[in-house]
Amino acid sequence: MKGRDAVFATIRKSLAVSDDDRLRRETVEARLGKHPRNLVPSRGQKPAGERLELFKQMLDMAKASCTILGGHEEIPAEVAAYLRARNLPHAIRHGEDARLALIPWAREAALEVTKGASDGKQFASVSYAFGGVAETGTLVMLSGADNPTTLNFLPDHHLVVIDERDIAGDYESVWDRIRERFGELKMPRVVNWITGPSRSGDIEQTHLLGAHGPRSLHVLIVRRPG
Amino acid sequence: MTQPVNSPQFNARAKRALEDVSLQKALSRFETGFIERRRAAVARLPEYDALRDSARDLKDHILGHLDLYLEAYEKNVTASGGHVHFAATAEEANEIILGICRRLDAKTVAKGKSMISEETGLNEYLEANGIHPVETDLGEYIIQLRGETPSHLISPALHVTREQVEADFRRVHTDLPPGRNLDEPASLLAEARAMLRDTFLKVDVGITGANFLVAETGSSIIVTNEGNGDLTQTLAKAHVVISSIEKVVPTLEDATLFLRLLARSGSGTELTAYTTFSTGPRRPGDPDGPEEYHVVLLDNGRSGMLGGSFQEMLRCIRCSACLNHCPVFHAVGGHTYGWVYSGPMGAVLTPSLVGVEKGGKLPNASTFCGRCEEVCPVRIPLPKLMRNWREREFERHLQPATARYGLGLWAAFARRPALYRFASSMAMRVLGWFGGKGRLPALPFTGGWTRHRDFPAPQGKTFQALWNKRKAAR
Repeated sequence: MKGRDAVFATIRKSLAVSDDDRLRRETVEARLGKHPRNLVPSRGQKPAGERLELFKQMLDMAKASCTILGGHEEIPAEVAAYLRARNLPHAIRHGEDARLALIPWAREAALEVTKGASDGKQFASVSYAFGGVAETGTLVMLSGADNPTTLNFLPDHHLVVIDERDIAGDYESVWDRIRERFGELKMPRVVNWITGPSRSGDIEQTHLLGAHGPRSLHVLIVRRPG
Repeated sequence: MTQPVNSPQFNARAKRALEDVSLQKALSRFETGFIERRRAAVARLPEYDALRDSARDLKDHILGHLDLYLEAYEKNVTASGGHVHFAATAEEANEIILGICRRLDAKTVAKGKSMISEETGLNEYLEANGIHPVETDLGEYIIQLRGETPSHLISPALHVTREQVEADFRRVHTDLPPGRNLDEPASLLAEARAMLRDTFLKVDVGITGANFLVAETGSSIIVTNEGNGDLTQTLAKAHVVISSIEKVVPTLEDATLFLRLLARSGSGTELTAYTTFSTGPRRPGDPDGPEEYHVVLLDNGRSGMLGGSFQEMLRCIRCSACLNHCPVFHAVGGHTYGWVYSGPMGAVLTPSLVGVEKGGKLPNASTFCGRCEEVCPVRIPLPKLMRNWREREFERHLQPATARYGLGLWAAFARRPALYRFASSMAMRVLGWFGGKGRLPALPFTGGWTRHRDFPAPQGKTFQALWNKRKAAR
């Protein structure tokens, strides 16, 4: 026997089980169908009012920066100021996310805005997060035309917009929202949890930012997205 | 088994490691590095121990239903447009991957970090078949340039100094100006980043490992700090995941439980910078991502461990905490173990996968201090499992004659309590005269032991004498 048959035959022989044991199948189907939560740490269960503070604190621990904005109309000036402060070309790239399309980018006349995936030539990208997790300062990004995955990894500077109301306490709440959006047993092609900029400790355990992905991660938290 | 096993030479390799000055310098960073960071990360999460209990119980449940969770996983990968290939042996896994590369006419493949590919010797196999694999994790990239294997689960170039990395980069990156400054780790990182960008953008196949596989959704999960695994899988035409059968977990919630423990126990951080859940190939309308998605699931002896004395080892999530806290690993490093896995987890897993004849030396390389079990996030009783291997080795007469005579001599005393007490109190008195209140730098017949550390001189009475005194006082 080779491959699949060999693997399953040895597993069942070692466990001394047969593949038609109904009780075992029911146990497995129940867990997959109900996907019960395991223990969620109290840090992930803060009330809505305390989540923003924790999220900021954990972003800081992960070496990401953040700023709090009142509404979408403040985004262009914030992005332009970020690029200026770092002496970067005045250009950003983002996906087809409808919320990004509504942002009045034209208010920053010098800012060049292009759309689409990254081919590695862009210095800065802007993405819209699906959600956030206060427990660890984690951004949850979904793949697709709205927010292409390459924008999360290829540009040197990743700027991520997130609505304050989408910051959950724990990861489990974001899984529930993903199931609501896509249906049970369905996932977008990629879900990226991003917790700070790219880093490496591979040379003498010295921790350095900017390994293969973005050197810098800046989060724009929008209080009243409208 | 295509990765050669050098574990029988443990003693000779340990001797070389102890005399290797740059290795000893690299290993001296443990206390301030991994250990301190983990301690702080654990202290930040009061529920840590309760999470470990849940993780242990959940792993036991998964292993008891492994066939059914693998079936569900396979069904859901297929439903999302991907392909699952089961490989009973390392050779089968390598052949499957070569087949995919050949069909896509791939000349160069990018690789994210994968210990399973180390187990199958995938790089050597691809190379022998005319395909060039490029390791993209910084540590893996460095050791690939040096023709070495990883010396640590999550920090593969732990044994290499900055000066050595600089010399390797100057030797290999010959297109760059020879006078460039590479004094800082940051400049080395920047150079590797620039070199690998080109690779990411032009390869046809990207191979990554997987930390977990989710049965509920057919997703594979990788955790990285660098983002190399994400670039590897996003920019290639085909994403090939190479993993092993025990990595499957039931649901997203269950994966989340393990993710709360993994980085905290290993690198001592809340999470790695990137945790990526991948499900199938590019969807209609996606502007990026691989057009094909394959998962190669390796067994390589694991299914035979189920239901036996070593099943608990299959709970391992490869965090590296046991390596980081092991006094033997601190002294000799990872390469000494002679195969893919090192430290306490390697000492138990290696004989399980390659046989006790070849791996039996490793469970003997332990002081039985118990730190590994104390820090294990899935509570694997590593000392107990190492002891099981020692017993099997003894039963099968695999130890050298001197070890068996020594044990026999000790047993002769241990079976005669009066003689044992007399002999041990005499020995203590003699050692006490020589050592005073301190330590003994040398003793007759123990040169092998005292060459690299001092023998502590006994202080006062024997354990049994103290015990009896205590009992009498009550």
